[in-house]
Amino acid sequence: MTTKLFGEPVQRREDPRLLTGQGRYLDDLGSGALAAAFVRSPHAHARIRDIDVSGALDVDGLVAIYTWEDLPPRVAEPLPLLIPHPALTHGRTAYPLARDTVRHVGEPVVMVVARDRYLAEDACALIRVDYEPLKPVVGVEEALVGAHRVHEDVPGNVGAHLVQEVPSARGRTAAEEIEAAPHSLSFRLDIERSASMPLEGRGVYARWDPDDRSLRVYSSTQTSTSVRMALAAKLGLPLPSVEVIAPDVGGGFGVKIVHPWPEEVLIPWAAMLLDREIKWTEDRREHFVSSAHERGQVQHVKVGFDDEGRVLGLDVTILHDHGAYTPYGIIVPIVTATQLLGPYKIGAYRVEFSSIYTNTVQVTPYRGAGRPQGVFCMERTMDRIAAYLGLDRTAVRAANFIQPEEFPYDQGMMFQDGRPLIYDSGNYPESLRMLKELIGWDSFEERRAAAAAEGRRIGIGIGCYVEGTGVGPYEGGHVQITSDGRVHVSTGLTSQGQGHETVFAQIAATELGVPIERVSVVTGDTRRFGYAVGTFASRAAVMSGNAIALACRKVREKALRIAADALEADPADLEIDDGIVHVAGTPTASIPLATVAVLANPLRYAFDEEARRATQFTGTAALDRPPVAEGQEPGLEGRDYYSPVRSTFASGMHAAIVETDPGTAEIKILRYAVVHDCGKLINPMIVEGQIHGGVAQGVGGALYERMVYDSHGQLLNASFMDFLMPYATEVPRIETAHLETPSPLNPLGIKGAGEAGVIPVPAVIASAIEDAEGIPITRMPISPSELHELRLRRPPG
Amino acid sequence: MKPPPFDHHAPRDLGAALAALAEAGARGKVLAGGQSLIPMLNMRLAAPEHLIDINGVAELDTLEAGPAGVTVGALARHSRVERSAEAAEAQPLLGQALRLVAHPAIRNRGTVVGSLVHADPAAELPAVLALLGGSVRLARAGAAPRDVPAAEFFTGPMESAVRPGELAVSAFFPAPPPRSGTAFREVARRHGDYALAGVAALVALDDDLRVAQARVACVGVGPVPLVLDVTEESAGDDWAAAARAVRERAEPEDDIHATAGYRRHLAGVLAEQALREAALEGRANA
Repeated sequence: MTTKLFGEPVQRREDPRLLTGQGRYLDDLGSGALAAAFVRSPHAHARIRDIDVSGALDVDGLVAIYTWEDLPPRVAEPLPLLIPHPALTHGRTAYPLARDTVRHVGEPVVMVVARDRYLAEDACALIRVDYEPLKPVVGVEEALVGAHRVHEDVPGNVGAHLVQEVPSARGRTAAEEIEAAPHSLSFRLDIERSASMPLEGRGVYARWDPDDRSLRVYSSTQTSTSVRMALAAKLGLPLPSVEVIAPDVGGGFGVKIVHPWPEEVLIPWAAMLLDREIKWTEDRREHFVSSAHERGQVQHVKVGFDDEGRVLGLDVTILHDHGAYTPYGIIVPIVTATQLLGPYKIGAYRVEFSSIYTNTVQVTPYRGAGRPQGVFCMERTMDRIAAYLGLDRTAVRAANFIQPEEFPYDQGMMFQDGRPLIYDSGNYPESLRMLKELIGWDSFEERRAAAAAEGRRIGIGIGCYVEGTGVGPYEGGHVQITSDGRVHVSTGLTSQGQGHETVFAQIAATELGVPIERVSVVTGDTRRFGYAVGTFASRAAVMSGNAIALACRKVREKALRIAADALEADPADLEIDDGIVHVAGTPTASIPLATVAVLANPLRYAFDEEARRATQFTGTAALDRPPVAEGQEPGLEGRDYYSPVRSTFASGMHAAIVETDPGTAEIKILRYAVVHDCGKLINPMIVEGQIHGGVAQGVGGALYERMVYDSHGQLLNASFMDFLMPYATEVPRIETAHLETPSPLNPLGIKGAGEAGVIPVPAVIASAIEDAEGIPITRMPISPSELHELRLRRPPG
Repeated sequence: MKPPPFDHHAPRDLGAALAALAEAGARGKVLAGGQSLIPMLNMRLAAPEHLIDINGVAELDTLEAGPAGVTVGALARHSRVERSAEAAEAQPLLGQALRLVAHPAIRNRGTVVGSLVHADPAAELPAVLALLGGSVRLARAGAAPRDVPAAEFFTGPMESAVRPGELAVSAFFPAPPPRSGTAFREVARRHGDYALAGVAALVALDDDLRVAQARVACVGVGPVPLVLDVTEESAGDDWAAAARAVRERAEPEDDIHATAGYRRHLAGVLAEQALREAALEGRANA
């Protein structure tokens, strides 16, 4: 049996559980718990004059009703601003329950606890909140005018303003380069709002043990360790008395990295106060109006370029709609501003963004986290340049690529981790060559002509991106081999279905030389591993994968040392295969890892046959040394951490062929091709699955998803009836090719792959529609109705 | 998203169902397939005090097809009608439309009569009933049932002629005339969504296979299915002229998914396609 599983398409070990309904999601827990429900603001902007709960007091099964005034000091404070930044001069976060003002529809105002959720909602319906409506601010451009303020003390509604300028090699600014360039263009782009929209919404379930004075909280979160620290601080509990567990989580896509949510603080607080188990499970309507959205930018682009399409100067001004609050800082616009550069070296770059408050749901990272916007900007720019110069769109891109020999390549900016934006490795020309071959770029004109002969209209599009993945500060891994030969791996970051149980087991099995069946993986449980950051930024494989590999190497080294003693061999001559340590070339001189684990833990008491071997009168111990050698610890286990100097940069290129119906203006994706480079592949099948899911979400952003706010700040499509996510029928078959340029930054040579698939899709589809129709596409998503209207406005000729 | 309290009535026969409905009056709602009502309850958009659940009334689970047409009982699910060879033989448009109704899981539960009573202006089945000139039979306790023709049944968006205390027990879809064909074309944002616009077409031919009658029923372009006779415009198979007539007479509105102008345009495009396809089928049937 081979144990070298790294790189193999191992079947997902979590799937039998997850696909047969055996998963253990938040709402599967705590069936006897009390339920919470919330009265949420129906107004986008209003002052709360009075809250009258008297009508709800007679509801059978009511346990408690809380408003802001009921909260103790620390809980009553505004929620934390998680990622401060000097440019975020006016960062604002919400109170867990609205204090005196509501700033978006859906903001929680009153919490009700009752015997079950039905009764809690009945009580909510009977609570009367007297609101004084204020003028709502909707849309970044209206917000910038500043006639009305989302926050009274934030003039112009600007929460953050940041200008970054990278001069050209000859020391000129972007403005100077554009001015001096042979050609220049300027245009505006619009990107709609969308949202993570995981299948499972948020949820919290809290149990207080009054005797032990300890709190256990289950949360559908992307970071259990940080929720734990936040709760200990908010509730005044010692950290060791708080346990936070992320059970199976039905998707996160970014929204669940935000923490602590109001409900995440209030439910544990009420559980302690009432000494009762309480659970809150977010429903879909709550998720639409009370969690977070993303995308949502207006971009003004100026570009100067030469005859070959080389960008000499690029100036982008971004208006970023941040919604009502900024709990996650300005990570999204920072990522847009930095990742906009993609695989290109451009002359001079100036990017300016304003992060603007509106009376809408707050904006925090959603898979891609600002990159789809940046890539849309850059790739639309590349297509504009090609159209202007009459060049092939791939030729313009190739003219701007960073070349393979230019790595590490310093883009001269600061990335979202506060570290330099230095690309570690990549091969963009090869990636483009593979993509053109995969999609048949060079023979497309024949295909177009054949379609046209049948009265059909088709177009081809392309989009390239670079993604900074695996941001720090660190993750850790713990590996323990027990005396039954089983390997127990744990890491602190959380899983939302990505396949961590499989890939981390592949890494451990490969490093330790054990069958994967003997490896089990636990994530996101602070009882098992307390130090972690979380799952976001395509970082789990890079961060925890490397940490687990390093921890395995420690364990392996210890196992070989103990085995060497037992076998009277040199550790350097030992190998581990199929869970058995043996002398290289002498298979009979061997000892199972299970036995090594027994020997690693010198015992006084024999509780079973295995343990007998490690007790004190077996005569195997060297009597001139302590049973546990100096500097060593009992047990066959190891712990290690991986902390990268900076992010590692994955990349990819997508192409699509679309058909637009000349009559109905329907848009159909005929083919979708992906070339993807995330360094060394741990499991190509899982990487492809990640790409498929990402592309599906990208199709949503390109053709379907928008958050339709009216001028009153009401979200008009807050249900799956009207917020259109693609079904399987709308997602094309995805053709994938992998390129592997290993990262020099980490021991496994890997880069992140989680977000990749989603990033360029709107740009690719826009490129293809533009090619089919000959109409500039400047906004995403685009619907058949919008394409029809664009056709009507098409200038004659 | 939990419904407010209600009393659940589970009658086992039609008499008991009508009695429960009569007692509940305007405070009662009929639960059949529940594909629209249950979400509305969960979102507290509807709060009836009594739910009269007819799923146990076996005598309403009927489907009869004959030379005159197809009669669908109140409990017959979409999928049963969709898969019935007899129904397809007696009135092909039913199957053509049902394939476009939502998704299989919804069709397995939702009922044809329930869809008619729900009267969504973007739904397919009201247009089918309207185009064919069918009717809905309404029963009430202690009175003779009344048959309401399609033209009077749909009174507004999500509004039908059903009065409090009445139960729609069946719907009748008349058979097509001889030498005729039907077709249903629609455009939805996603597979199975409510249509942005859709057109059901019926074309009947004379002995010389010329257009004797051409009618369309459009969905999504007005408060109720818009039935138009385009026989005159269609003379000589001039489907483009018929489409122009449809465009001119459609009165769509803007919503978040499409502009009124696009819907009007679509109604024309789809009418042309549906009429052409129906005529083709009519000639094949002749």
